[in-house]
Amino acid sequence: MDWDLITNSILFNPAEWEIVLNEWPRFMRGFSNTLTLFAVSVVGAFLLGAVIVNLMASRNPSVRAAGRVYVDGMRMLPFLIFAYLLYYGLPSLGIRMSAWTAGLLGLILYHAAYVAEILRGAWSQLPAGQTEAARAMGFHGPQLFLRIVLPQLVLGSAPILGNQLIYMLKDTAFLMIITVQDLTYAANSVQSMYFVPLQPFIVAIGLYWISTLAIEGLVFLVGRFARKRGLGRA
Amino acid sequence: MTGTELQMLLSGAWTTVWISAIAIVGGVPLGLVLGLGRVAGIPVLSQLLALYISIGRATPLVTLVLLLFVGLPVVGINIDAVTAGVLTLLLNTATFNAEIWRSVYQSFPRGQIEAAQAVGMQKGAIFRRIMLPQMSVAALPGLMNEATLLVKASPAIAVIGIVDLTRVTDRISARTYEPLPPIIAAGIIYMIIIAGMVRLQRVLEKRAAKWSA
Repeated sequence: MDWDLITNSILFNPAEWEIVLNEWPRFMRGFSNTLTLFAVSVVGAFLLGAVIVNLMASRNPSVRAAGRVYVDGMRMLPFLIFAYLLYYGLPSLGIRMSAWTAGLLGLILYHAAYVAEILRGAWSQLPAGQTEAARAMGFHGPQLFLRIVLPQLVLGSAPILGNQLIYMLKDTAFLMIITVQDLTYAANSVQSMYFVPLQPFIVAIGLYWISTLAIEGLVFLVGRFARKRGLGRA
Repeated sequence: MTGTELQMLLSGAWTTVWISAIAIVGGVPLGLVLGLGRVAGIPVLSQLLALYISIGRATPLVTLVLLLFVGLPVVGINIDAVTAGVLTLLLNTATFNAEIWRSVYQSFPRGQIEAAQAVGMQKGAIFRRIMLPQMSVAALPGLMNEATLLVKASPAIAVIGIVDLTRVTDRISARTYEPLPPIIAAGIIYMIIIAGMVRLQRVLEKRAAKWSA
């Protein structure tokens, strides 16, 4: 490794950093696309995950099995091959989506399975007597789940859900392979347009890192709140 | 799909398997070194390792593999696609393994170390003969879990042109004009690989439980 080359001519080469600076709007467009994909898929995957965990807790054995098969199936697949299936595979069946739609749908459907499995794990830790007590108080159906069960599942599994959020953020980068114009796509296009090979990716990694630190900070606050309420594992 | 295409698919699967295997086998000891280095309290080095682990865990593999493949030649390291792919998976999985080893190390019962010291064991021997075997058993579920995550993240290396199990579906559909069958077949092969790893994990954990009982 040639350290002089690294320090003098590449990393601190003002001309190359100037290119990155001039292309800053492109980075910001990519970053905002990444954050949009992330935010929408977090909400979508959480809502769908909450539905699936109810399927897995259903009294009907075939509904329960369907939920299980969905969750286990997704957990055995890489995200990218699932995105391939939606974007390159489904048109054979006459279902055509833009790369953006396929990517977003892929993130939601894929991560909903992981969210459901996390929530199921937390649910199995809840004392059964509590649900019975809630029923005795007149709670039932969606109200019982939304008001009594779900808040405890979320607070109780905050650190694991937080990890899943970080995986979701990182999985958005796979979508550049199916031509979604995210942050990594932006970095790669600046790299190939001007042949500045290092700086664009260093900038991108810095932005992913900041986002991850923000997610971790948020999870820490939720975890502290949960412990105050006597929930979650310290 | 004809015989040739099936052969292409299997060779893609083999690429995924051996590249992942090297990264997993190398990433476990590298993670141990990083994790112990982080908690060793060596000034500067421990902080640098903590920073590396934090950034490494936040970096998408697609971004990292592009950085290494396009960036390293500029600083005088010539690297081919496969080496860049292996290196990416290795560096990434090591940061996750480092956290697993660290938590196992930190929850190791101190009383055992004191007992070993009391009977006159040296530091190195305590680590090798008392701590490491028990730490390995405790770290096993986490390390195996990380290994399956690595296989699921491995298609990222397709972005620099490595023909792995995901990328090979492009090649096959370029011949057959039918993308759906190879994608489904690749998905099934991934499922078989992951299911095999999960089963291996159960067998190993059962053995480890018998050993420590």
